[in-house]
Amino acid sequence: MTVSRRDFIKTNAALAAATAAGVNLPGAAKAEDGIRWDKGVCRFCGTGCGVLVGVQDGRVVATQGDPDAPVNKGLNCIKGYFLSKIMYGKDRLETPLLRMKDGKYAKDGEFTPVSWDQAFDVMAEKWKAAMKNKGPTSVGMFGSGQWTLWEGYAASKLMKAGFRSNNIDPNARHCMASAVGAFIRAFGIDEPMGCYDDLEHADAFVLWGANMAEMHPILWSRLTDTRLTKKGCEVHVLSTFENRCFELADNGMVFTPQTDLAILNFIANYIIENKAYNQAFIDKSVNFTKTPTDIGYGLRPEHPLEKKAKNPAKGKLTNITFEEYAASVKPYTLEYTSKLSGVPQDQLLALAKVYADPNKKVSSYWTMGFNQHTRGVWVNGLLYNVHLLMGKISEPGNSPFSLTGQPSACGTAREVGTFAHRLPADLVVMNEAHRKYAEQVWKLPAGTIPPKPGYHAVLQNRMLKDGKLNAYWVQCTNNMQAAPNMNEEGYPGYRNPENFITVSDPYPTVTAMAADLILPTAMWMEKEGAYGNAERRTQFWRQQVAPYGQAKSDVWQVIEFSKRFKMEDVWPAELLDQKPEYKGKTLYEVLYTNGQVNKFPADPVKDAAGNVYENHESADFGFYVQKGLFEEYRLFQYEGPAAKKGHQMADFDLYHKARGLRWPVIDGKETLWRYREGYDPFVKAGEGVKFYGKPNGKANVIFAPYEPAAESPDDNYNLWLCTGRVLEHWHSGSMTRRVPELYRAYPGAKIYMHPDDAEARGLKRGQAVKVETRRGELVTRVETRGRNKPPKGLVFMPWFDASQLVNKLTLDATDPLSKETDFKKCACKVMAV
Amino acid sequence: MTTQKPKRAAKSRRQFLADTARTACGVGVAGLVLGLMAKQARSLPPTALRPPGAGTEDSFLGACIRCGLCVRDCPYPTLSLAELGDPVPVGTPYFVARKAPCEMCDDIPCVAACPTGALDPALTDIDKSRMGLAVLIDEETCLNFLGLRCDVCYRVCPVIDKAITLERSHNVRTGHHAVFIPTVHSEHCTGCGKCERSCVLEEAAIKVMPLALAKGQIGGHYRLGWKEKEKAGHELVPGLFDMPDRLPGGQP
Amino acid sequence: MNGLEKPGAAAVKERGWISAHKWLLARRLVQAGVLGLFLLGPLAGVWIVKGNLAASLTLDVLPLTDPYVFLQTLLAGQAVKTTALLGAVIVLAFYVLVGGRTYCSWVCPINPVTDLAHWLRARLGLKGGVQFTRRARYWLLAMTLAVAWITGSVAWELVNPVSMVFRGLVFGLGFAWTVILAVFLFDLFVSNRGWCGHLCPVGAFYGLLGTASLVRISAKRRSACDDCMDCFAVCPEPQVINPALKGADKGVSPVIRFSACTNCGRCIDVCAKDVFGFTTRFNSKEIDSDTPGEAPALRDAA
Repeated sequence: MTVSRRDFIKTNAALAAATAAGVNLPGAAKAEDGIRWDKGVCRFCGTGCGVLVGVQDGRVVATQGDPDAPVNKGLNCIKGYFLSKIMYGKDRLETPLLRMKDGKYAKDGEFTPVSWDQAFDVMAEKWKAAMKNKGPTSVGMFGSGQWTLWEGYAASKLMKAGFRSNNIDPNARHCMASAVGAFIRAFGIDEPMGCYDDLEHADAFVLWGANMAEMHPILWSRLTDTRLTKKGCEVHVLSTFENRCFELADNGMVFTPQTDLAILNFIANYIIENKAYNQAFIDKSVNFTKTPTDIGYGLRPEHPLEKKAKNPAKGKLTNITFEEYAASVKPYTLEYTSKLSGVPQDQLLALAKVYADPNKKVSSYWTMGFNQHTRGVWVNGLLYNVHLLMGKISEPGNSPFSLTGQPSACGTAREVGTFAHRLPADLVVMNEAHRKYAEQVWKLPAGTIPPKPGYHAVLQNRMLKDGKLNAYWVQCTNNMQAAPNMNEEGYPGYRNPENFITVSDPYPTVTAMAADLILPTAMWMEKEGAYGNAERRTQFWRQQVAPYGQAKSDVWQVIEFSKRFKMEDVWPAELLDQKPEYKGKTLYEVLYTNGQVNKFPADPVKDAAGNVYENHESADFGFYVQKGLFEEYRLFQYEGPAAKKGHQMADFDLYHKARGLRWPVIDGKETLWRYREGYDPFVKAGEGVKFYGKPNGKANVIFAPYEPAAESPDDNYNLWLCTGRVLEHWHSGSMTRRVPELYRAYPGAKIYMHPDDAEARGLKRGQAVKVETRRGELVTRVETRGRNKPPKGLVFMPWFDASQLVNKLTLDATDPLSKETDFKKCACKVMAV
Repeated sequence: MTTQKPKRAAKSRRQFLADTARTACGVGVAGLVLGLMAKQARSLPPTALRPPGAGTEDSFLGACIRCGLCVRDCPYPTLSLAELGDPVPVGTPYFVARKAPCEMCDDIPCVAACPTGALDPALTDIDKSRMGLAVLIDEETCLNFLGLRCDVCYRVCPVIDKAITLERSHNVRTGHHAVFIPTVHSEHCTGCGKCERSCVLEEAAIKVMPLALAKGQIGGHYRLGWKEKEKAGHELVPGLFDMPDRLPGGQP
Repeated sequence: MNGLEKPGAAAVKERGWISAHKWLLARRLVQAGVLGLFLLGPLAGVWIVKGNLAASLTLDVLPLTDPYVFLQTLLAGQAVKTTALLGAVIVLAFYVLVGGRTYCSWVCPINPVTDLAHWLRARLGLKGGVQFTRRARYWLLAMTLAVAWITGSVAWELVNPVSMVFRGLVFGLGFAWTVILAVFLFDLFVSNRGWCGHLCPVGAFYGLLGTASLVRISAKRRSACDDCMDCFAVCPEPQVINPALKGADKGVSPVIRFSACTNCGRCIDVCAKDVFGFTTRFNSKEIDSDTPGEAPALRDAA
């Protein structure tokens, strides 16, 4: 606590100094053309490009890349170029819409405009009924890595503390969960140790299932520049099909799906056999362990694959010796691995040598190729193994780096803890001390937070279908389109007559149209917000314009909804008895006007130039909602014995003044590389490298073997189906497809196929084809040219297109540890229509 | 009466000759006008592109009978016949890349449909078609020239990495980003117009132009030394050598 | 001829309106039918015929090519693909057989326009105007071919109202309606039967094709002619009638053998005496006017 106070003072002192010196502060921000400019952050991927937002007459009329933002220096990708258009699609939702028949709610009714009061009345009634019938586990919420920090925080608090249900999970489950699992298992603390500066420091880059050229365009620009300007710099790219990164690659490798597990073990084996490992580093900073094998595929328990699995979902690590570890990776010889993966031996060798060369700084990047993997936690860990064996970690240029796909997958989903098993700042519900600590911060009676993790994303859909989850609220994500196996799980779940589904969205997405109640939602610059990007950088913005129509922000919706519940409605008497002062109060009072959240007055929000900004939430609730939520969240980072080291953020006001800060923010300084003396304030002088997330300060090398995918091509379904994205559209396309220019640039999804595969099926380029899996079928067009070049036996299809829902086809197999779906591997067949 | 007859015949012969001369002149003038129109019709507006296999505008206008069968067999809304008032010779097939580009069908149905061979039936590989040539015409507004990561034109190119490549250079302004310059290569560009169609700017920075308009030509009196050497596989003048330089310390 | 009475009024009185417009109705039906076939594809998605009159493909097998346009491309010096050649031969053979200018009155989309102009001209009593020689069309035909040869371009198609209008109707008219209007006004105010009867090189070309055609009109009952002149009034090429109708004395065949005859059949329609009928060029037989049952009604000799 003393530390934290000192930090506060120091950061503020630093800011005061900056102010006095007149640096870093904008002048009059209103340009001659009458446009008011203020700082913001891009709405799309996890890169976190800084932008300036131009407002005129209450409308965002222009944006520009912030020329001084360190990430992007004024640049944007083509999605960022169109930021000013995403809020103004022609079909923005104006009012709440409830399915009604004869003036009353009906599951099979037509969407009818209703007032917010009506909407919340019906919704609260349904939620109360569900909880009364089946208890807290019958309500749930699905959120987003696109929520602002406080939206996620407020929602998580409402669910876990208010409704006492851990059934809240973010769409980041589809995206980052495997990375999280591996971070926690190896280092005990979530999120990368390095930062984007590694892109300039590294001598070699290895891409593992990350199509950075399209999905992280600005970071790719930085990587390319280093490759271009640094002598001897190499780029190695691994993917299951040839993507745009191969264009720059010195060593481009297309491997058979799932064999990345073997390739990584081969590299470890190579390092060990050539005695290239960093003995000193290993001795000081590495534990050797192994993980249980044959763990199943996260399918429904009655699925034959789950019944067959010996250790379903087991992940407890066993310590082993270095020698045992060496013996484990020994079978992964060059010959074996090359044969299994289909990658030529010389290319595998070139890859292994880059890691094994002690004089080469290597940064590895990955996204969905690694994370959306039935062995996602394993494969993440296998890469850490390689970096740890060489000690190539936690220093400039040596960085295993998990990229994120959402603007606040790190900030909101992970740091704030909106997962079914998490609490803020890396705490988890399974840990009694953590729960107690959270209850203390939130001023709750002991035992409020349930100890059992809630339903994760895929399980939520299953439970909806099975009728165990009955009142469900989806915010800020298009999960009907995004979740796997829509035909068999998602859609039947939403339309199950037992369930009441609410979807908050600015647009009538596929998910919204499958709901019973649609709530029109303020987006991006229509609310005050904060995102945390992939390099731990937290960036704030002010509300720039009023929301469209009657739209309200997610945080407003969550807080307003909480007013509908008396404590007696949601808490049992024995719990309330512990806090008699809560009796007769509403959830709103207990959760949000608890003296902490409502601590800051709703004063006008001003920038340095004196411009005044609206804040609809503060105006409605009478206190500075965002600040109160953020400052309460920050208590988790600073206070109490259970608080984990290294999560500290600066105070709220500083973020509105600074461009963006990489946490932990200590002594008014950002942290670029963690766990290493000199860079990380928590590593003391003389300690060198200390993985302080683990009690012994050592990171875990975790051996895991190659195991096959859940579903592989056979004689009938004879192609691998891999799904993913394209640069022009972001995720489900709900924003980018409403920008006419982006729509024109990539109007409809198509299936990329090897020309020989097409010919063998009598298919011509551009022809309409049927793609079929065991779960469903769709019609698309075949593409044998262009940006993606799949090998024979694999097809790739992007999922942005709401008119071609590729997740009708995908299998809901998940990593049994991280519960993240493998959207990259299932078996399909393609035929002429 | 007898004298009248030849007179009348003479008169009618004169009349006939005069009529004939008048008709001939009238038709001649009409022919001249038509000929001039035909000549002028050859200057196609640069935005109008001919279907694959159309060859030069001169030969195309001689062979195309304006039947529209190519339009009918085009599976996309790409081709249309010029209507009176369009800046394209009436009745001839064309497309405007910005509106609907050629999708480069493998089986080139438009060529197969052409009854006259105005669309050359010898064209069986769509990659060999030359409907025009993409030109990145405005470097000042092209987002990639400005350092942004658009490169939509590159990614939508059906002959990606050959017809358009991204030439990388260092972004001096930011210091740590690359600039990706979309660069068109005429030996591979078919002029399909996907790039122009997809350019996200309000007015496309990359446009497909008729080949004659788009292409420069190096004088035959100069050869590129390095290319000649590469082509020959050896030095063109064998046996030449360079003497060593004198350097301090006897360095080699 | 009574100037106030419509040509064919006697025939209507004699045989009823339908019968007195039989061939006219048939032509209009065929004209509309041809256009309809081409429009069925773009409008209804039923692809029986693709293309237009310049070249078409029927049921994906039968190619048809306008031999006139085809000849122009040949003269323009372009290599020939067999599809177009085959199509041209088929069309050529057809018109050689049925009469080249059958195209003009049964297929050409301009025909209804100029017919209307002619009808209106008569109704409004418009007289005079510029007169061209009927030979002008052959000059123009020669000119279009010469220009194709000299410029190497199918130049005539830049202005050809016939193809432009039909193509326009099938593929999109643009400003081609101005051409229709121009032809209409030209025929109405400038020159009686000016376009089809005097200038159109397409008609000239098809006329030449039909020089020896089989299908012909014969004034087979010319002895019954009461000189009402209705046939002359409605005939687009009235100069073709006289020798056949009035040549009995000179031993001229009753068959109209002029290539300019368009086989439109209007003379058959308007004749109250049933003088005319379709036959072959070799059938010079005449029918006696006294044949029972076909006695013509008496006519006012006003």
